[in-house]
Amino acid sequence: MKKTKNISQNTVVIGVIIALSVLFSIFSPSFRQYSTVVTLFSYMYYILLLAIGVTFPLITGGVDLSTGTGLVCFSIISSYMFNHAGLPLWVAIIAAPIMGIISGAFNGLMIAKYHVPPFIATLSMSMILRGLGSIIPGGLTGVWPSQGSDGDWIRSVLRYQTEDGLIIPIGVIWMIIIIGIMTFVLKHTKVGRYTIGIGSNRTALSLSGVNVLKYQVIVYAISGFFTGLAALAYGWTFTTITPGTGAGFELDAIGGAIIGGVSTTGGKGTIVGAAIGVILISLLKTGLPHVGLQANAQQIITGAILMLAVAVDMIREKNN
Amino acid sequence: MSDVILTMKNINKQFPGVKALSDVDLEIRAGEVLALMGENGAGKSTLMKILTGIYKRDSGTIIYNGEEIEFSNPKAAQDAGIVIVHQELQMVNHLTVAQNIFVGREFKNGLMIDDQKMNEEAKKLFDLFEIEIDPKENMGNLTVGSQQLCEIAKAISFDAKIIVFDEPTAALTEHEIQHLFNIIRRLRDRGIGMVYISHRMDEIEQITDRVTVLRDGEYVGTIITEESTKDEIINMMVGRTIFEEPKQFSNVPADAETVLEVKNLNQGNRVKDVSFNLKKGEILGFSGLMGAGRTETARVIFGADKKDSGSIILNGKEVEIENPTDAVTLGIGYLSEDRKRFGLMLEKNLYENMSLASLDDFVSNSVINEKLERKIASEHVVSLNIRTPGVSQFVENLSGGNQQKVVVAKWLIANSDILIFDEPTRGIDVGAKQEIYELMNDLVNEGKSIIMISSELTEILRMSDRIVVMCEGRKTGELSIEEATQEKIMHLATKRD
Repeated sequence: MKKTKNISQNTVVIGVIIALSVLFSIFSPSFRQYSTVVTLFSYMYYILLLAIGVTFPLITGGVDLSTGTGLVCFSIISSYMFNHAGLPLWVAIIAAPIMGIISGAFNGLMIAKYHVPPFIATLSMSMILRGLGSIIPGGLTGVWPSQGSDGDWIRSVLRYQTEDGLIIPIGVIWMIIIIGIMTFVLKHTKVGRYTIGIGSNRTALSLSGVNVLKYQVIVYAISGFFTGLAALAYGWTFTTITPGTGAGFELDAIGGAIIGGVSTTGGKGTIVGAAIGVILISLLKTGLPHVGLQANAQQIITGAILMLAVAVDMIREKNN
Repeated sequence: MSDVILTMKNINKQFPGVKALSDVDLEIRAGEVLALMGENGAGKSTLMKILTGIYKRDSGTIIYNGEEIEFSNPKAAQDAGIVIVHQELQMVNHLTVAQNIFVGREFKNGLMIDDQKMNEEAKKLFDLFEIEIDPKENMGNLTVGSQQLCEIAKAISFDAKIIVFDEPTAALTEHEIQHLFNIIRRLRDRGIGMVYISHRMDEIEQITDRVTVLRDGEYVGTIITEESTKDEIINMMVGRTIFEEPKQFSNVPADAETVLEVKNLNQGNRVKDVSFNLKKGEILGFSGLMGAGRTETARVIFGADKKDSGSIILNGKEVEIENPTDAVTLGIGYLSEDRKRFGLMLEKNLYENMSLASLDDFVSNSVINEKLERKIASEHVVSLNIRTPGVSQFVENLSGGNQQKVVVAKWLIANSDILIFDEPTRGIDVGAKQEIYELMNDLVNEGKSIIMISSELTEILRMSDRIVVMCEGRKTGELSIEEATQEKIMHLATKRD
């Protein structure tokens, strides 16, 4: 019963994505170009990674609001390590997800052990990370290697440029692999089973001898890990990162996940669904300017779609 | 006899995969209490939900005061004078009694809510039935029994013509039950038609006039309570006769080894200096009134709550149980009185629930072997006789008895040797009850040991080999099954300091 429901929700969102793509293509010659597709993907990777991560806390019935500023913080500190602290590039790269895991685990600990509501714990962490991202590198802007400088291979991880100048968005392949792995983790491993279990009935889990505290920490650490990966994807796409930014990215990620059928009350959701939701949000971001609608209009439309998605889900839930 | 006020005829209701009701009839008369009986899953709740506008029927007619009706929501039914007193209380703890009763239809004085008027009206309502509750009290401060009375007062305040009681006595003390019955008798004198759902036979005999029995979604028949015996009714419900004979002798050999010994256990003021032991193959009954500290004792042993002092000795060795994980590792399983809240993931399937306490056994290279999970689950579906279309079914869709068996399966798969059954048959119908009893007997025959907490004296006397009685956090006595009687147990259960 539930399975068919998820499929149909995904199908609806995919339908909307296709319909919007067709509409944008009809009304905007500038949209129906290869470069737009490349841009769309570039703007999507970091939100997608955040969304995959935040899907785990969401399924447990929690939330992670620290991923947006966390992304910027980790990206700046990592690039600082490489640019100013004399550390090799690979150390800087590994540092980003590790910082994510640490801050995520801290979130999880506050939530699981000290019963701080997820909303408050991660909101506080979001503020802390925004500050740290400015203070630790001394207010410097984060800079990742640009074309032609040392270590510029990172640029071709997500967008590979052939000799005749064609850009291939190979990041898509990495994303598909990551989606595959995390779908497997959610469906077929203990961590995944317990993630869903915590959202479904955490008391029953605890009374069955499951160490719920440990798994809640892991869940938020997973979200942090993906924040770290998103920090890299963001830095490698946009090269320079301004301290103090990033607030709001987490909402795009959460919004995407929810549009894709991840339940806000816990227990339900898929990685594929979250990914599809993010594609829709990214499509709106990239596509709407092509038909003459600017940032504010995008916000309104994205917000309306999010509200609609949750309302439809709730109505269905009730009718079941 | 009195007038018929409502007739349900040929009611059908289909749920995905289940025919919940087929051609069910029901007749409610003014000034009469109609018992609606049947095993869980027989369709009682569904029928009542159709009556009160919560569900829509697929076909069939409902005639109320001579007119065919169709309620699209509970509010419409309420407005027409048909109300239901739910098993689970629907009260807001932070509001006062009066505010709760008139919630949604508050008296107003201009723009302001007129609390004084509401208090007065509530008081009038209470006086009518000699209910002694202060309307200004916070709902959260009342006992469950008093909250129940408020719920009933609220139902009456709708100018109800028909009141449905869904297992109203589940959480009440004997004294409160008698009070409730007095109120029901008054309502009957006032010409109100009532439907009374309960599994307790003695209550049916005391308070109802007629009994309508459903079985597997079908109408079996209606009989006059006075003219029928308990066995006849049970027979109609299950299609076979069940006798509730007390156990005569303990089945535990005198030299059976002690598997669990609890010494001077203390926890706050809920568990005071409790000591007892459990023998291999024994069913140790824990009797007492609500709030006697039995569940609290069990939770401390299981590590769900931290003890203040005392020791727990398992198979001759003192153990420290810090949390449920420790208890599960040591082979202790706890079956909560509230399966839905504490025992099951309702929106997950059978095998996910069954493997919950022993998932590590199903994991190799950090991947869950779902094939093995399904296989083991299927074996337990067969051995415990769980009625389900398959192991991928959501537990939510099973009846109470089958849900309980899923929890039992969970602990069997986790290799628990000591099982703590907390109210093992609460909310479970007669037929399934019998099966749970047989299951418990099988378990001890296989060498498991059981602590059974129960508030039903008949259950205690029927299942236990030995009985521990508690009152207000203390153990007030211990009886062998040979010497135990209802009177002796009640005496100990009320033995306050």
